[in-house]
Amino acid sequence: MNHKLNIWRQKNANDKGKFYTYEVSGVSPDQSFLEMIDELNDDLTRKGEDPVHFDHDCREGICGACSMVINGHAHGPKGLITTCQLHMRSFSDGEEITIEPWRAKPFPVIKDLVVDRTPMDRIIQAGGYVSVNTGGTPDANAIPIAKHLADTAMDAAQCIGCGACVATCKNASAMLFTAAKISQLAVLPQGNAERANRAEKMIAVMEEEGFGGCTNTGACEVECPKGISLEHIARAHREYMSAKFSSHNV
Amino acid sequence: MALDSKVPEGPLAEKWTKHKFNSKLVNPANKRKYDIIVVGTGLGGASAAASLAELGYNVKNFCYQDSPRRAHSIAAQGGINAAKNYQNDGDSVYRLFYDTIKGGDYRSREANVYRLAEVSNEIIDQCVAQGVPFAREYGGLLDNRSFGGAQVSRTFYARGQTGQQLLLGAYSALSRQIGKGKVELHDRTEMLDLVMTDGKASGIITRNLITGKIESHSANAVVLATGGYGNVFFLSTNAMGSNTTAAWRAHKKGANFANPSFTQIHPTCIPVSGEHQSKLTLMSESLRNDGRIWVPKKAIPGLTAADAVKLPENERDYYLERRYPSFGNLVPRDVASRNAKMVCDEGRGVGSTGQAVFLDFSDAINRLGKDAIVEKYGNLFDMYQQIQGDNPYEVPMMIYPAVHYTMGGLWVDYNLMTNIPGLYAIGECNFSDHGANRLGASALMQGLADGYFVLPYTIGDYLADAGYEKASTDSAAFKNAEKVVKERIDKLLSINGTKTVDDFHKELGKVMWNNVGMARTEASLKEAKEQIKAIREAFWKDVKVVGTNEEMNLSLEKANRVADFLELAELMVDDAQNRKESCGGHFREESQTEEGEALRIDDAYSYVAAWQYNGEGKEETLNKEELVFENVKLTQRSYK
Ligand SMILES: Cc1cc2nc3c(=O)[nH]c(=O)nc-3n(C[C@H](O)[C@H](O)[C@H](O)COP(=O)(O)OP(=O)(O)OC[C@H]3O[C@@H](n4cnc5c(N)ncnc54)[C@H](O)[C@@H]3O)c2cc1C
Ligand code: FES
Repeated sequence: MNHKLNIWRQKNANDKGKFYTYEVSGVSPDQSFLEMIDELNDDLTRKGEDPVHFDHDCREGICGACSMVINGHAHGPKGLITTCQLHMRSFSDGEEITIEPWRAKPFPVIKDLVVDRTPMDRIIQAGGYVSVNTGGTPDANAIPIAKHLADTAMDAAQCIGCGACVATCKNASAMLFTAAKISQLAVLPQGNAERANRAEKMIAVMEEEGFGGCTNTGACEVECPKGISLEHIARAHREYMSAKFSSHNV
Repeated sequence: MALDSKVPEGPLAEKWTKHKFNSKLVNPANKRKYDIIVVGTGLGGASAAASLAELGYNVKNFCYQDSPRRAHSIAAQGGINAAKNYQNDGDSVYRLFYDTIKGGDYRSREANVYRLAEVSNEIIDQCVAQGVPFAREYGGLLDNRSFGGAQVSRTFYARGQTGQQLLLGAYSALSRQIGKGKVELHDRTEMLDLVMTDGKASGIITRNLITGKIESHSANAVVLATGGYGNVFFLSTNAMGSNTTAAWRAHKKGANFANPSFTQIHPTCIPVSGEHQSKLTLMSESLRNDGRIWVPKKAIPGLTAADAVKLPENERDYYLERRYPSFGNLVPRDVASRNAKMVCDEGRGVGSTGQAVFLDFSDAINRLGKDAIVEKYGNLFDMYQQIQGDNPYEVPMMIYPAVHYTMGGLWVDYNLMTNIPGLYAIGECNFSDHGANRLGASALMQGLADGYFVLPYTIGDYLADAGYEKASTDSAAFKNAEKVVKERIDKLLSINGTKTVDDFHKELGKVMWNNVGMARTEASLKEAKEQIKAIREAFWKDVKVVGTNEEMNLSLEKANRVADFLELAELMVDDAQNRKESCGGHFREESQTEEGEALRIDDAYSYVAAWQYNGEGKEETLNKEELVFENVKLTQRSYK
């Protein structure tokens, strides 16, 4: 298969950046999308040109590193997968493909398709944990947890922190990401002790970092490669409101 | 050099308790005077960094990814073992210890393995307390499954994403300490050298992967938790960035490298589809609980999965069930992998390349119903279909072995300290607990055991005597190390040859896979050694790395890593050549039983091979740590 690629190139955070066009040929349908870019990069390198920079690591849809907007969709045209899981058989021969970085104010471009997503780590640092130290914890079976609650927690905990939700949201809100963690720990008894503070602290940092507010458009849920549901946002909102009314932080 | 394992005296079951009591403690008020560097944020690194910070030490933590949460541990699927015996099926600390020693084909240290089994239960308690959503039964208690050939159900899991959930647990503990200012995180930062002062580890040299800045960091102790080196084979199930650089540079500064040739080749991976392939994807081993492995009795070149369905039962060879009636499809990984290679070498492999075998679920679907299979393996089946294009509910999967894990690593004593004072190695980066073959669901256990429950105790014993003084980053040791790092980068950037880093890496990978892979012979190893040397020489003459150091530069990052793989590869060959026995994942064709099983030679090789670096271009010295077995009797493994 042959493709024309329009790829966003930007030398660094200060560079303005623009699209460059590349032709690739002899692409196999069994190739993954990133392997197609690997080959382009090897060709560029041989010609002495700078390869296209992009984040990736596990290449099996779990580390959350890969992050490309492909033909207008975060992680490409297919639902419920990450960029690294996309295969060329999902494109037709000759199809023109446009590749851009995550675009959101809190995620400045570092180079080409690589952006800075550390603000998401800082949201977790604000309260996305249970405050237990290592050692001295009770037996794991001491607190039975109903299967449906454990399953709901797991649904939320599946988030890979890729930032597709932010890149997709017109407000660049990180609400689906933040809510997934709040929700996981809200349904589990282990999270109970810090419930009142957690939602407030995490949402406050989300705002400080420049993410927008959630206006319930639901685009994030559609593009989330793990299918994290808006139900978690609703739960996080409830957590936040009840925290506000009973806040110890005011 | 004599290696002292520092295994404490006394009965096996009391060693760890006694050792903890006998270790020196650092006064709580003094802990904040110590700085500790932890390189790596996987299960080993994140759990260690968080736990050390909780104790009061100042921790500097490093990873090459943009976030600690992306460390390769995130990709582990199947589960984590513990000796809880929640299923009342006869498990115990002793049985987990015994299975691990036997599974490792008697090439690991009894005392370490026993301790691992002993702390395994605390790990599960810790993770549950953090909010890790392990699978549960309807009564609300934790669910277990049997995994990787174990005859008890001791594996805890979180759907097919156990590594993810355990890592996110450790990451949350780490994030809490970062938020409190007790851990200083350096993401997108790669360690490029170890610094020694007065014979002790005193810091590291790093490169900022965004700006290229080379920096010095000094500390009272350095902990490496940098993962395994399976990517020396180019194709493996490891993440693209997994590398040996930190461990290898430490080795070149004097740390012994133990059993480098011990590699685990995992039997159930998606086969290679073509030259473009950049990595291999593991299909969880749990699939072997219900899937049956087979090839046709007579070779049928190019047999597709769609045609396989039509092949009558009596023309199929369920070779694992036939050869190992009691373990069947659940034999350990090394045995399953080698058998797949054998049937493919006989020409009975399937698919377009002939390098694949079938993993068939039709019986299980008939017996349990499709819904039960969806519930158990749905995400894995989807993943398979995504990559391979076939629907495994209708046709058998095709699988083939792939490089997965490295049992070898930096030599460490019972305290997890290398032979360099103040330098520790934890997680997959050390060699300690898995001998010549690792059992499924035991790497996650070991990473968290090391980081949560072993290192935080043992490091105090060293620090209590070492004093608070730290070497200055202006000292000659740091300045020289920085210079060496910069010179190597300049060299890589100046070669301006004709081949890309990947070209060389692929070449190396082919040599390693063909000659140092699932079966090794004197001749294949000899050939590999020559070829690796030639590739290495060509690399330093003809590699093309574009761009500059002072920017984000992916090809420079790769070049640095591949340069180290090219050196480690040769040591792996030396190690495989030295060990003329077969054991676990190390199969020397010259040493096999009449039935073609791995034949150990205990009289000659019951030792850890720890290699000592002697300088550029010189052969390394082999130091032996004899393995003493006081509690288990060495037997030939049999899974018949
Ligand atoms: C696909 C797959 C599935 C697996 N499934 C299971 C399973 O079900 N059960 C099981 O028990 N085991 C499993 N394993 C094995 C297990 O996941 C690993 O052995 C384990 O997670 C390794 O953890 P670690 O902390 O030692 O290293 P890693 O998680 O690999 O972390 C390495 C860390 O070091 C950092 N690093 C590396 N080099 C440098 C450097 N030079 N400078 C700075 N930082 C550096 C990285 O950024 C990273 O943070 C699986 C492995 C794979 C590949
Ligand atoms: S590279 Fe890990 S999710 Fe895509």
